[in-house]
Amino acid sequence: MNKLSLFHEIAENPYDYAKKVKKESGKKIVGYFCSYTPEEIIDAAGALPFRIFGRGGDSLADAHLQAYSCSLVRGALHDALSGDLDFLDGVVFPHTCDSIQRLSDIWRINVKTGFHIDAVLPVKLDTKSSGEYMADVLRKFLRDIENGLGVVISEDDLKSSVMKYNRIRSCLWKIYRTRRENPALIGSGDLHAIVRASMVMDRDHLLEELTAFDGSLHGGKAAGKPAGKRVMLAGGVCSLPDIFSIIEDSGGTVVGDDFCTGSRYFEGEIGINGDIMESIAKRYRERINCPAKHSGLLTRGEYIIKIVRESGAKGVIFLFLKFCDPHSFDYPYLKAMLNREGIPSMLFEMEEQLPSEGQFKTRCEAFLEMLQA
Amino acid sequence: MTGNSQAPDPEKEKRKIKSVKKMKEIMTNYYMEAKTAEQTGKKVAWITSGGPVEPLIVMDIIPVYPENHGAMIGASKMGGALCEKSEEMGYSRDLCSYARADIACAPVNGGPIGGLPRPDMLVCCNNICGTVLKWYEVQARYFNVPLFILDTPFSHTGFSDEARKYVRKQVDEYIDFLEMVCGKKCDYDRMAEVGKLSVQGQRLWQAVLDTAAHKPAPMSAFDAFFHLALIVTLRGTSVVVDYYTELLAEMKERTASGISAVPNEKYRLLWDNLPIWYRTKWLSEKFAAHDACLVADTYTSAWCGSLKYINENDFLGTMAEGYSRIYLNIGVDEMAETVMEMIDKYDADGLVMHSNRSCKPYSLGQYDIQRIVQEKRKIPTLMIEADMVDERSFAESQIETRIDAFMEVLKAG
Ligand code: SF4
Ligand code: SF4
Repeated sequence: MNKLSLFHEIAENPYDYAKKVKKESGKKIVGYFCSYTPEEIIDAAGALPFRIFGRGGDSLADAHLQAYSCSLVRGALHDALSGDLDFLDGVVFPHTCDSIQRLSDIWRINVKTGFHIDAVLPVKLDTKSSGEYMADVLRKFLRDIENGLGVVISEDDLKSSVMKYNRIRSCLWKIYRTRRENPALIGSGDLHAIVRASMVMDRDHLLEELTAFDGSLHGGKAAGKPAGKRVMLAGGVCSLPDIFSIIEDSGGTVVGDDFCTGSRYFEGEIGINGDIMESIAKRYRERINCPAKHSGLLTRGEYIIKIVRESGAKGVIFLFLKFCDPHSFDYPYLKAMLNREGIPSMLFEMEEQLPSEGQFKTRCEAFLEMLQA
Repeated sequence: MTGNSQAPDPEKEKRKIKSVKKMKEIMTNYYMEAKTAEQTGKKVAWITSGGPVEPLIVMDIIPVYPENHGAMIGASKMGGALCEKSEEMGYSRDLCSYARADIACAPVNGGPIGGLPRPDMLVCCNNICGTVLKWYEVQARYFNVPLFILDTPFSHTGFSDEARKYVRKQVDEYIDFLEMVCGKKCDYDRMAEVGKLSVQGQRLWQAVLDTAAHKPAPMSAFDAFFHLALIVTLRGTSVVVDYYTELLAEMKERTASGISAVPNEKYRLLWDNLPIWYRTKWLSEKFAAHDACLVADTYTSAWCGSLKYINENDFLGTMAEGYSRIYLNIGVDEMAETVMEMIDKYDADGLVMHSNRSCKPYSLGQYDIQRIVQEKRKIPTLMIEADMVDERSFAESQIETRIDAFMEVLKAG
C-alpha cells in the first residue's frame, strides 16, 4: 500500500515532485507532450522527461486559444503562462495533431520555459521512406537535446537508457497483465496513478519502485474492489483517475485500454543490437499508432478488437476530449467495427478536465447494466 | 417574366467582372468531364486543395477537389443540412465542415451537383492540416480505393534538410503510385511542361491579386474567392494560363478606367482565413455599405505564396519544398510576417479575421497574429467567429454589430 501512495502522490502533484527532484538532485527537467516523444534520448542526456498535463484551469489561455481547442492544450498553456511550469529547463513538442502543432508556436512566442524543440515526426508510419525520416528526426532531436542541455550523449548513455526503458515498460506490462488476470488485485485508479507517475518520475527510482510493487503483487491481498464487469477504454488523453473510480463504482472494471496515457505508453520493446537510433525509430513506428498518425486504414480498429478479446472485456467505453479531431474522426469506423463483432460500446466526450460526474456515472451505469456478466 | 423585371442598374453593370461568365463555363465543363469520366474511360483522383496536382495532369487523370466541392456546398447553403447528416453518422459537430459535408454527401450523392464522381484513387497532402489525413482515411475505407499520402513536415521555424529529403523521396513514390494505378509510365517531358504551366498559372494568379494594390482596387477578396477555383482545380493546364491572362487584362483595363470593386472605396481591409461561403454576398454588401473594400486575403494567395521555392526548370526537384512551405504549414510568427507584408503591399487600413471553428491550423494562433499586427502596424482589427460551411454557426446580428463597431473605429481613426 505504501508503494501505491507514492504513485498517487506523484500523479496528483507532479509539479511539486519535479521541483523537489530538481532541488535535491540538480537534475534538469524537460517537459514534453504526447507519447511520441523519444524519452530515452532525454533520459540519456541526464535530464528528467516530464509529461505535461494541464491542471484544470484554462483562463489564461483565453488570450491565445479559441474556445474550440481541447482542454489539454488549453490547460497546459494556462499553466505555462501562469508560471507554474517555470521549473522546466526546456520543452519538447512532437508533431501530432493540429492543436498541438499550433500550441507549439504559441508557446514558443509567449512562454519562457527554457529551450524549445519541435520534433517534426512523420505523419505516416508505414512506409520505408517515412521510417528513414523518423530515424533522421531522432538523430536531429538528439543533437537538439545536446545543444539545449549543453551535454554530449554517448552511444553507451543511449544504450543504457534504452535498456532502462525496456525494463520499465516490461514491468508496467507485467503489472497490467497481472491485473487483467485478477482485477481485484489492483484498483483501476491505482493502476492509472502508476502509469501517470511513470511519465514524470525519476526513471531510475521508478524502475526500483515498479519492480518492488510487481514483486509485492504475487501472493498479495486484493487491494481493489471485487471485480465488476470487464470493460476496455478506448480513446484519448485521460488524466482523470476519477473516471476509473466512477467506472468501478458503476459496477465495472477496466481491463484494457489503448490510451497514450495507458498501455500505448509502454508497449513495444526496443532492440539493442544494431543501430540504436534505427531501433528507437522502429518502436515508435511499430507500436499501435495514435489517430493523429497514419498506419493502415483499419489498424486501430483491429487492435481494439484484439484487446477486447484478450482481456475478456464485455464492452468498450470511448472516452476523449471535446474538440479532439483525430479521435472524433476515428470514432464512427471503430464503433462500426465493434458493432460488426457484436461488441457493445458507448461514447463519452469530456468537455472539461473534469467531466460532469453525475452524467458520466448515469451513462456508465446504464451501459454496464446492459453488458453481459 | 417580362412585366416587373427591372432594367439593370448601369452603375452595377459597369462594375461586374466580365470574365465571370467564361469562368463559369470552364468550371461547368470541368465538372461535366469529371462526372462523365466513367463513360470516357478516364481515371478520377480526389486530391486535397494543397496537393500536387501536376503529376495527375501528366498522367491524364481528372483531379477532383472535395474542398472545392465543400465550398460549393457552402455557397449553395446546403452545408448545415449535410453537416447535420454527418452528425447522425457519428461525426462530431466540432470537426471541419468541409470534411463533414463531403462525408455525408458521398453515400447519397447530395449537394448542388449531385455528388462528386467516384474516385479511382485518393491523394492526400497534409500540408494544410491533419484533418485531411483523417478525412481521406474515411473515404479510402468507404470507396475502397488506394490512398497516397504525401507527408509534408511542418515548418515551425524552418524546413529541415531531413524533411526536404523525405518529401523529395515521396515525390518519386507518388509517381510510382500513379504509374501503378494507371498501368502506364509517366512522361517526364510532359511533366516538365506541366510544371512550367503550373508556375506560369501561379504567377498570373499572383499578378491578378496584385492589381488590388491599386487605389481604388479593381477587384475585392470576394472576387478572388470566386476566381480562385481555377488555380486550385486546373493548375498545370493552359486553360488556367489563358483564363488568368484574360482576367489580368480585364483588371488592368478596370484600373486604367478607374472602375473599382466598391463604389466609393475609402477603407481598405485585409481578410484572414477561409471565406464564409454562405455569406459572401451579405458580407461584401455589408462592408461596401461602409465604403470598405476587402482588397486582399491570406487565403487565395496561398496558392502562389510559395513560388519563391520553386524552380520552373526543375519542377519535380523543387516542388517538394514549394508544397511543404505553404502558408498553413508554417509557424504563427511567420504567418504574422506574411500578414504584415500584405498589409503594407495593399496599404490596408484594417484587418478582418475569421475565426473559423472548422479549421484549427488556420485559426489557432490568430489571437497572437492579431496582437502582433496591432503592435507593429497599429491598425484596427476585427475578429468574427463563424464557420466556412456550416451556417448554423453564424450569428448574424452579433456579427453585424461587431462589423459596425469596427467600422466606427476605422472612421474615427
Ligand atoms: S486530445 Fe486530441 S486535440 Fe487534444 S492534444 Fe490530444 S490529440 Fe490533440
Ligand atoms: S478547412 Fe482547414 S481543417 Fe478543413 S480541410 Fe481545409 S485546412 Fe483542413
